[in-house]
Amino acid sequence: MVVEPEQWRTPSRRLLRLRRWEVAVPAVAVAVVVALAGGRSSWALGFAGGVLVAGAIVWVVVGRRYQSWGYAERDDDLLVRRGVLFARLSVVPYGRMQFIDVTAGPLERVFGLATVRLHTAAAATDARIPGLEREEAGRLRDRLAELGEAQAAGL
Amino acid sequence: MSTGTPDGWHRLHPLSPVVRGGRGTIAIAILLVPLLFGRGRLSDAFPQAAIVGVLALGGFVSWLVTRWRIEDDDLRIETGLLRRQSLRFPLAQVQAIDVVRPGLARLFRVAELRLRMAGASGATARLAYVGEGEVDPLRDRLLALARGARVHEGIPTGDAEPDSPPERVLAIVPTGPLVASILLERGWLIVILAGLLSGFVVSPRTAAAVIGGGGFVWAISIVTVLWRRFNQQYRLTVAEGAEGLHLRGGLVALTAEVIRPGRVQAVRLVEPILWRPLGWCRLEADLAGRQKGKGEGEAQRGQLRTLLPVAKRTLALELVDRLVPDRPHDLSPPPRRVRWKSPLRYRVLRWGRSDTCVATVSGRLRRVTCWVPLEKAQSLRHVQGPVQRRLRLASVHVDTAGKGVHATLRDRDAAEAAEALKDLTDLARAARKRVAVV
Repeated sequence: MVVEPEQWRTPSRRLLRLRRWEVAVPAVAVAVVVALAGGRSSWALGFAGGVLVAGAIVWVVVGRRYQSWGYAERDDDLLVRRGVLFARLSVVPYGRMQFIDVTAGPLERVFGLATVRLHTAAAATDARIPGLEREEAGRLRDRLAELGEAQAAGL
Repeated sequence: MSTGTPDGWHRLHPLSPVVRGGRGTIAIAILLVPLLFGRGRLSDAFPQAAIVGVLALGGFVSWLVTRWRIEDDDLRIETGLLRRQSLRFPLAQVQAIDVVRPGLARLFRVAELRLRMAGASGATARLAYVGEGEVDPLRDRLLALARGARVHEGIPTGDAEPDSPPERVLAIVPTGPLVASILLERGWLIVILAGLLSGFVVSPRTAAAVIGGGGFVWAISIVTVLWRRFNQQYRLTVAEGAEGLHLRGGLVALTAEVIRPGRVQAVRLVEPILWRPLGWCRLEADLAGRQKGKGEGEAQRGQLRTLLPVAKRTLALELVDRLVPDRPHDLSPPPRRVRWKSPLRYRVLRWGRSDTCVATVSGRLRRVTCWVPLEKAQSLRHVQGPVQRRLRLASVHVDTAGKGVHATLRDRDAAEAAEALKDLTDLARAARKRVAVV
């Protein structure tokens, strides 16, 4: 796909922070609880260390996953890319969009983020953009709805 | 026998509740037998009589409060006594009108009209039931109105002239091959049957025990599934008519369906491994506005409409040409290194495109060929997994409305896949514009 690098937009940096918190907080909590409950015995400390190492690995993976997300609004379609292990690139023509929904889970709300999801008549279409700042999510939703209406094609 | 009133309202056939009751009606009839012919006093049978009475009254009331009429470009159906429902179906959105006759309906000489609507919800307007004599005129009238309404609203119809030549039969599915194909497709069934038979020969007692203990129930469920398939596809007739392809068939329950060419989202040709020596295949289509209807079991939900349950490949391809004009003919194989990633599929994997259509072949044991008209493609996806990355391969998925057809350009050279994604995006856009202009 020919897309100028500057055309790609990425989710908010706050998504990265949210994802890292989601890893770090439980990992540290489990490590501390195990270390304290185990009375600083060697197996408890070893287990806690293991949890921390695993958490650190996931921390790095989460960073790379965040890097892989991107979307580009072109004249006739929206491109969404994602995935490290399985790299996916979806092309969704505006005319094919049936509806768009914007959702925000409790944690996302704390960080002021929202997820925009596009639906077409095909169940397999898998175009979702997480971690958009709320204004950007609203802007994207309105723009997509507008373009979708302008280019709507029948089934 | 729908009773019209001056303001255009019609009722359904008075026997509708009886037919709609289906198996319940048969049960009631059995209940009634001792009541009518029994020698016991009437008071003994009072509970049964009360149940029958209540059900009959319920059926009568539901018939009484249901009425329909045609208002301009809409079909309006009003129903319900306590929870009154008024349904409006814009005829411009009618995708097809099917005539369905379950066994009981044939007995009472009535039929159901099913209007399949376009749109994401895919609602179906049902007139169940209408007297047999009125079905065809009513269907023709609704179709004519639908066509008129479409022209009226500027929606392209793609239909032929109203009075075009009578339909031409293209294929009738023969019964022998149908039975053979249903059994052959389930290779495991033959294995089990053979196992049971040899079991009887070696040790009749053990085999009888297997059948007695649970195996019997299991056997019945298998037979039910096979029977349903046979019942639906018995003497399925494909004909070419004014509106598109006409499908008719069924043994006990008759169905008739019209498929307009524009309604086809994707077509697929399936060749199960045991059919291939015989050169047989099955042709299925994914249609807009098709959902599970009465008389189709749970298993059929989300499945494709079978156009030809079993046919020679040449005949099936002829039909494909009618549904998907300008299908691609040269399909290219994947690079040799795909053997390592998909050893079973490597031999069959192919893909090709014309300016309006994309074709893919895949499958491990059975061979599945899919055709998707590009103007029907919903979205495109380019996917590269870890193994594919190592081998410099990638796949492109063409997503279509419906659930049955998965057209995937599987395991192509990475550069070719990227090129294909770009080409298909542009071609699909051009195809959509072309359809919108016509």
